Amino acid sequence: MNRIASTFSSLGAQNKKALIPFITAGDPEPAMTVRLMHELVQAGADIIELGVPFSDPMADGPTIQRSSERALQHGVGLKDVLAMVAEFRKADQTTPVVLMGYANPIEAMGYQGFAMAARESGVDGVLIVDYPPEECEEWVNQLEHQSIDPIFLLSPTTPKARVEKVAKLAKGYVYYVSLKGVTGASHLDLTDVRKKLAEVRAIISVPIGVGFGIRDGATAKAVAGLADAVVVGSRIIEEIENAPSDILLSNVNSLVKSLRAAIDQAAVPLS
Amino acid sequence: MKIYDLPDKRGHFGPYGGTFVAETLIAALEELLAQYQHFRDDVDFQAEFSHELRHYVGRPTPIYHAKRWSAHLGGAQILLKREDLNHTGAHKINNTVGQALLAKRMGKTRVIAETGAGQHGVASATVAARYGMECIVYMGSEDVKRQATNVYRMKLLGATVIPVESGSRTLKDALNEAMRDWVTNVENTYYIIGTVAGPHPYPMMVRDFQAVIGREAKIQMTEEYGRQPDALIACVGGGSNAIGLFYPYIDNDEIRMIGVEAAGKGVDTNQHAATLVTGRPGVLHGNRTYLIQDDNGQIIETHSISAGLDYPGVGPEHAWLKDSGRAEYVAVTDEEALSAFHALCRFEGIIPALESSHALAYAAKLAPTLGKDKLLLVNLSGRGDKDMVTVAQQSGIDL
Repeated sequence: MNRIASTFSSLGAQNKKALIPFITAGDPEPAMTVRLMHELVQAGADIIELGVPFSDPMADGPTIQRSSERALQHGVGLKDVLAMVAEFRKADQTTPVVLMGYANPIEAMGYQGFAMAARESGVDGVLIVDYPPEECEEWVNQLEHQSIDPIFLLSPTTPKARVEKVAKLAKGYVYYVSLKGVTGASHLDLTDVRKKLAEVRAIISVPIGVGFGIRDGATAKAVAGLADAVVVGSRIIEEIENAPSDILLSNVNSLVKSLRAAIDQAAVPLS
Repeated sequence: MKIYDLPDKRGHFGPYGGTFVAETLIAALEELLAQYQHFRDDVDFQAEFSHELRHYVGRPTPIYHAKRWSAHLGGAQILLKREDLNHTGAHKINNTVGQALLAKRMGKTRVIAETGAGQHGVASATVAARYGMECIVYMGSEDVKRQATNVYRMKLLGATVIPVESGSRTLKDALNEAMRDWVTNVENTYYIIGTVAGPHPYPMMVRDFQAVIGREAKIQMTEEYGRQPDALIACVGGGSNAIGLFYPYIDNDEIRMIGVEAAGKGVDTNQHAATLVTGRPGVLHGNRTYLIQDDNGQIIETHSISAGLDYPGVGPEHAWLKDSGRAEYVAVTDEEALSAFHALCRFEGIIPALESSHALAYAAKLAPTLGKDKLLLVNLSGRGDKDMVTVAQQSGIDL
């Protein structure tokens, strides 16, 4: 069993839901990333989504765009991100790390070269926003050769037939985008999420994470009552953006701890 | 004889094109594709499109023989397809009329567009006014500064212009922002992409709407010259005017097709926008195509004196036409384009757009190497009134 599967399986045994924070590698500066990753784990993160900075982050709202721009100002590229994961792995061999980003840095490195280097660094899963199932047969093959999970997005507008297509390819977990829009938006309709997740669960066997628009403990708790994992990105990036550097780690720690506590209060639905 | 039939069902031109977008946009693109395929074969739709092109846009545009300039250059005859004479002053309106008619039939009440130089924004604002739709135009804040007249023109037409402050604050960032708007407002919003880039079906659909240029040219050449040209020449930013001219000629192997990119301050500098000449394949804005990028796959800021060519990608069909050898792609510098701009003003009494001046500049290089009986058909894709301030600045004049 790989790190993602064993994480979900041990959480399941404890009746707990996964907390998946997202940060952009290299934000606010490259030297902080590995320290932040350890801090996230210490505060209760189960899986870390690590954003690969890209010059044109089309699916992201202003908060994550700015984090990408800050990282790019330090020249952080995909190879640097892999080096950060390798550094993190020296002290943490259990917490899964999922890279999240856009296609072109992968295209530039080559599928095979990337997949081999990613495995070497200790990456567990990869979510490329603009590789939908139709365009990624070879990409998925190369990841699977290296036992890396391809993570896919599902959205409120994904029809059933496409959920079935994703079900065939998805490993690790799927990431349900809980609203129409970009990351960091503020509205999230729990009734819609509940309804759609029931439909998705009937088709997909891997765990379901929900993200986009989760900004506070109350929403995190509510989502944890419906999904297997709660993904929080922009809210954490805001903390990184606004905190003076001397208290950045402790501010992020408190935020993630509060999200952890909220999620752990959620009752596990009877399945 | 082989018949060119690209793209395939999923929008691929060889290895290029496709649908590289986030899951949140897939449903909207599938709806658009289904609707477009339906109306493409719909007699009423095509009749209304033709009627609008004739009575609103002012088509057909003539082919004009630039005799004095050709004689001065001393070689092949230069013929100009006069897209500058279209309503709003460029070829862009062919596409916006087509897409607005489609949007209307799809029941969308709000259209959005991205723009660089402002020509596509003006063409979108124009059709939105014509068909009574709300119009939002995204424009990089750098471009808003460079193209103040077009910004005002869009506002006069009732559009809201939103300056984009992210990234390099130019066309590519405006496109990113328009995509974000579309994802958020997909129910009532139609996204009018201005060039033959973006995810499937845009490259195919925009090409089909622009192909009126080449179809007219084929008929006009036969009627007026008794034969087809020896070469077609058009500027390429995203590549919509070029594909509009080239597409009906793709199966005519004996006719050269030459796309002219912006070499800016030189292709050996880092200030140019010559994507096909210098770039490498990658994925951006929903399709696989050539891109100007660094070793990490980050998109690099481009430069051209012409805002309409200042784009780090290019339509996927051009990428395929390059690789397959059917079309040739070259680049000319800001300086060469300016020189052709002035030549056309003085020899023919036509003020060309700086974009189109790139095609003219290459024609001016090629013509003297060919016999006087050869015909070069250049797509004069737009008029240069919008470029007065830029050109004056180059001559040290503050208007």
